[in-house]
Amino acid sequence: MEYLDFELPIKDLEEQLSKCQVIGVESEIDVTDTCKQIETKLQETKKNIYKNLTAWQRVQLSRHPSRPYTLDYINALAGDSFLELHGDRNVRDDKAMIGGLGKIDDQSFMFIGQQKGFNTKTRQYRNFGMANPEGYRKALRLMKSAEKFGIPVITLIDTPGAYPGLEAEERGQGEAIARNILEMTRLKVPIITVIIGEGASGGALGIGVGDKVLMLENTWYSVISPESCSSILWRSWEYKEQAADALKLTAADMKKQKLVDEIVKEPLGGAHSDRTKTFLTVKKSILKSFEVLKKLSPEELVDQRMEKYTNMGVYNG
Amino acid sequence: MAWFKRKEKGIQTATEDKKDVPEGLWYKSPTGKVVDSEELAKNFYVSPEDGYHVRIGSKEYFEILFDDNKFKELDEKLYSKDPLKFTDTKKYTDRLKAAKDKTNLNDAVRCAVGKSKGRDVVIACMDFAFIGGSMGSVVGEKIARAADHSLKNNIPLIIISKSGGARMMEAALSLMQLAKTSAKLAQLADAKIPYISLCTDPTTGGTTASFAMLGDINIAEPGALIGFAGPRVVKDTTGQDLPDGFQTSEFLLEHGFLDFISHRKELKNKINQYIDLIGNLPLRE
Repeated sequence: MEYLDFELPIKDLEEQLSKCQVIGVESEIDVTDTCKQIETKLQETKKNIYKNLTAWQRVQLSRHPSRPYTLDYINALAGDSFLELHGDRNVRDDKAMIGGLGKIDDQSFMFIGQQKGFNTKTRQYRNFGMANPEGYRKALRLMKSAEKFGIPVITLIDTPGAYPGLEAEERGQGEAIARNILEMTRLKVPIITVIIGEGASGGALGIGVGDKVLMLENTWYSVISPESCSSILWRSWEYKEQAADALKLTAADMKKQKLVDEIVKEPLGGAHSDRTKTFLTVKKSILKSFEVLKKLSPEELVDQRMEKYTNMGVYNG
Repeated sequence: MAWFKRKEKGIQTATEDKKDVPEGLWYKSPTGKVVDSEELAKNFYVSPEDGYHVRIGSKEYFEILFDDNKFKELDEKLYSKDPLKFTDTKKYTDRLKAAKDKTNLNDAVRCAVGKSKGRDVVIACMDFAFIGGSMGSVVGEKIARAADHSLKNNIPLIIISKSGGARMMEAALSLMQLAKTSAKLAQLADAKIPYISLCTDPTTGGTTASFAMLGDINIAEPGALIGFAGPRVVKDTTGQDLPDGFQTSEFLLEHGFLDFISHRKELKNKINQYIDLIGNLPLRE
């Protein structure tokens, strides 16, 4: 288990607790009361820490190395029914963007999402969840295929951004994302988007135009990462906390701005502290959204989606 | 021997006190060619000797593309709010005010309808001078309304991009303008109304990831910087040396993302030629 800097009090207490339990097993001393006290204190500390997270702390949680990634969700939601589909039919298969068909209960869905790795080797293999143009084009191919057969789409967002590479520019990163956004606004099947980790800018929105956009409690979504924002506007990497606050990038902020539809609660301590519970809540939220969306005709769906996105923006006059 | 010793170090004359030619009389292109300003304007703001396309704004593009510089501006009274109360080293409201004072513009795009070679076109033209041509809520809304005007009246749409990308001070609201403008372009596409995207120097970030790359034709001026990530970001991320001409118009044409590159003096002809051809209309002179 890895701990973030602000989680260190929890780490201390958890260590105390396990020591206390060890003493209880190894000696004759009755430690039941002491252990209980520590446990109560641990719960209180957790509550205090996680109820009052700053924007930057949520950004840290969204990148927690033990946090579940796209494939973890898909495996939990669709189990053995998941059939991964590869390739953009043009350049290559992008490992940072995955997709495929699977069932939740009796309903087939097309799952699409950015995939991060869980150790150095897989992180490199997945390019840290930063897709190239072929990743976005693969996503579009799968969405069009879903549309053809009337299969609803679920996109799972977790990316530090679209890959800013030389080849990515040669192959039209901007065009690939733009095309996806345009086609998603008029796709004739329901699109449910879940932000499960990092939602960085165009790289996220490139698979993020949804009828319902759900955002997990400890994730972020904005036009730029707090670090890059700090480096550009403050001309230093040191102001990431301030930038995180200024960007209003947390789930609560995004809901308030009406840019996402729903916040999905995470277990105390974040999504990774109780994965099973997280998967269950996400599944419930997805199915609840789908119940509403499946009643709409393709025309109503597209009209509502366009209406929703064309209403976004705050201005005078 | 102290009589020639300098009492004060360095050059003391303030820049504005220098006895130089009055500002605006001459223009010096990046290759060092000097042009008389009036001559430059006559030459479509292209340096005659080296063909350098000087960055210009909506005022100049309207002058170039609309007949006799006659047009009706659309939604000129929209201006930015500060929905996030955004402050970095400066307040966003202060940045907006400074930009307005400096440029006399309300925001980073102006939209207008008028005749070009006798036929109506809607033009949305970005102004880089206004906070780097960044796209926030106002830019998104004005472009959406320009597209609406095209839709309602069945008039071709031209968007002239000149932008560093989305406006950070409106954070996710800016990001959603990518979806908003793209949704409108999808409606335009469904209605089979031509949309011409002109990329000028520079076209990067959020504009490239939305309307700039979504034209029925994407065209550009020579030598413009066009890309998703800026060259510095690409270099820093990959550690690779960038090839010559990386992310220029010519580079994009070569890689298949532009239909053609047009010299500024040919823009009006080329755009109208396309409109006539795609509409199966008689070609205008």
